[in-house]
Amino acid sequence: MATLALNQVKKSYGIGPGALQVIHGVDAQIADGEFVVIVGPSGCGKSTLLRMVAGLESISAGTIQIGERVVNNVQPAERDIAMVFQNYALYPHMSVFDNMAYGLRIRGLTAPQIRARVDAAARILELAPLLERKPSQLSGGQRQRVAMGRAIVRQPQAFLFDEPLSNLDAKLRAQTRLEIQKLHRELGITSLFVTHDQVEAMTLAQRMLVMNAGRVEQFGTPEEVYERPASLFVAGFMGAPPMNLLRHASGVRPGTVLGIRPEHLVIGDSGWDTVVDSVELLGAERLIHARLGDELLTIRVSAQRAIPDLGQALRVQPQPEFIHTFDAATGLSRS
Amino acid sequence: MNNSPSHSLPGQALAHAVIWIGIAITALPLYIAFVASTLSNPDIAQAPMPLWPGDQGWENYRTVIIEGMQGGHLSPPVWLMLFNSLIMALVIAVGKISVSIISAYAVVFFRFPGRMFCFWLIFITLMLPVEVRILPTYEVVTDLGLLNTFAGLTLPLIASATATLLLRQFFLTLPDELVEAAKMDGAGPLRFFWDVVLPLTRTQLAALFVIMFVYGWNQYLWPLLIVTDQNLDTIVVGIAKLIGTGDATTDWNLVMATTLLALLPPALVVLLMQKWFVKGLVDSEK
Repeated sequence: MATLALNQVKKSYGIGPGALQVIHGVDAQIADGEFVVIVGPSGCGKSTLLRMVAGLESISAGTIQIGERVVNNVQPAERDIAMVFQNYALYPHMSVFDNMAYGLRIRGLTAPQIRARVDAAARILELAPLLERKPSQLSGGQRQRVAMGRAIVRQPQAFLFDEPLSNLDAKLRAQTRLEIQKLHRELGITSLFVTHDQVEAMTLAQRMLVMNAGRVEQFGTPEEVYERPASLFVAGFMGAPPMNLLRHASGVRPGTVLGIRPEHLVIGDSGWDTVVDSVELLGAERLIHARLGDELLTIRVSAQRAIPDLGQALRVQPQPEFIHTFDAATGLSRS
Repeated sequence: MNNSPSHSLPGQALAHAVIWIGIAITALPLYIAFVASTLSNPDIAQAPMPLWPGDQGWENYRTVIIEGMQGGHLSPPVWLMLFNSLIMALVIAVGKISVSIISAYAVVFFRFPGRMFCFWLIFITLMLPVEVRILPTYEVVTDLGLLNTFAGLTLPLIASATATLLLRQFFLTLPDELVEAAKMDGAGPLRFFWDVVLPLTRTQLAALFVIMFVYGWNQYLWPLLIVTDQNLDTIVVGIAKLIGTGDATTDWNLVMATTLLALLPPALVVLLMQKWFVKGLVDSEK
């Protein structure tokens, strides 16, 4: 168990003027035992960052520390970390037991020690009846658990997860999310989890690193990121449905963008004049999409409310204490 | 469903007839050879040759295997020639596979300057059949004093571009994450090769072994050139030497017996390896 520190970490491909820089100076201090999720859209560099921590990609500039040790030039196997891959990366010709034992055998642990560790991990992950099976005889969810088991037995200082739930179907994803949470509660090992799914990020993270185009947009708890987004990008990225970002509504000062979440809009007698464009029925609630000038608003209402007609006029008022203001040019928060 | 061509009786009869004709065409020469090997020499000479096996079978095979033709003057005993062929084919097959698998591994899993150049160099040699490079190779082998030796027989034939290419293509299908997981586990390149790559390559190796073995077994031109000592003759060369000696009539019954014996080991290898292919196909899955 250890702290993780990323200090001005940069990554470029190629050298000289034609070099492509993909990570522009990332700083992050991760506490011992913390579960940090790196979230962002595809291509933002989150996997690259994770792989640099793992040692699978070289670090172009800056340092990465695991505990007190700077690990820039340390081989992946010596960094005392374990990784869970998106495609499980299990050895297809080895049994589940051997898959988990492989790394330990290379380290030189004795057979009884290996047996003890694998059995313990199998108990936590409910893999005991599957130990003699080959990966091809397991379901996707089971394979992912074996991949996690392989990471657990190493008793590393940190876990690295590279979008491990992306290959699972929706139901399994929700289930495995809970299992990962449970695992973290039980083992308390510092974890770095990469995902593009903001729901996963919100539910799993103790703190979130929101990335965009190789830069950290915000690093904070889910509450902070959701309630006090630091930039337009974070505001628009977190939350489903996303925050309404308005430029031309009345009350919006020129050069700024007004942000208001769908659940903080009140339909009543005063406010903006909108026209209902479409309605989505989600069971427990409803989403009304209304047109305000040339912009589209999303309003979250309870299912108790009557469904408005298309083309109906609605007066919508934002709750003032939940209004966010962003600078239109820089995208940064002003509120 | 019930009236479709493949299920009706005339349809099935036709299908079977076609299959039987095909088998007959392929098997007939073998059958005639077998019959010929069981006859005595005068019987073969008479036309038409009887189509039913005779009673000389044991005698012919015994003579050929133990004594060779004309008491060892025309050819060494077949068991010796079979042995030579076996050694040659085995060494070539194992040698080719060993060299190719290491080259393919290097080209796929490592990054070093000149990597693709090396690969293309190997690839280009595919365009050079044995016959094209035979004279220079003969010179080199002679200069090294390897004439009439097993080393001279097998070494020049060990480099294989086909096997390297095949194995490279296979290695490229192994997912990158497998390599990374092994790296995280602490497996170095040799360990990874032995523990992960090799077991996954089993089917390919079985297929390659069969191909290389049969290739080595059937070598004619090179052994003919390299070997002048009769006791080092391979069976394929031996059979050719038995025919058309000019000053004596060919003992066709003995020649046929020798030919059939020459067919057995490759056939056995293919049959045995078939089990491996299927096993490999059923077992492995990524």
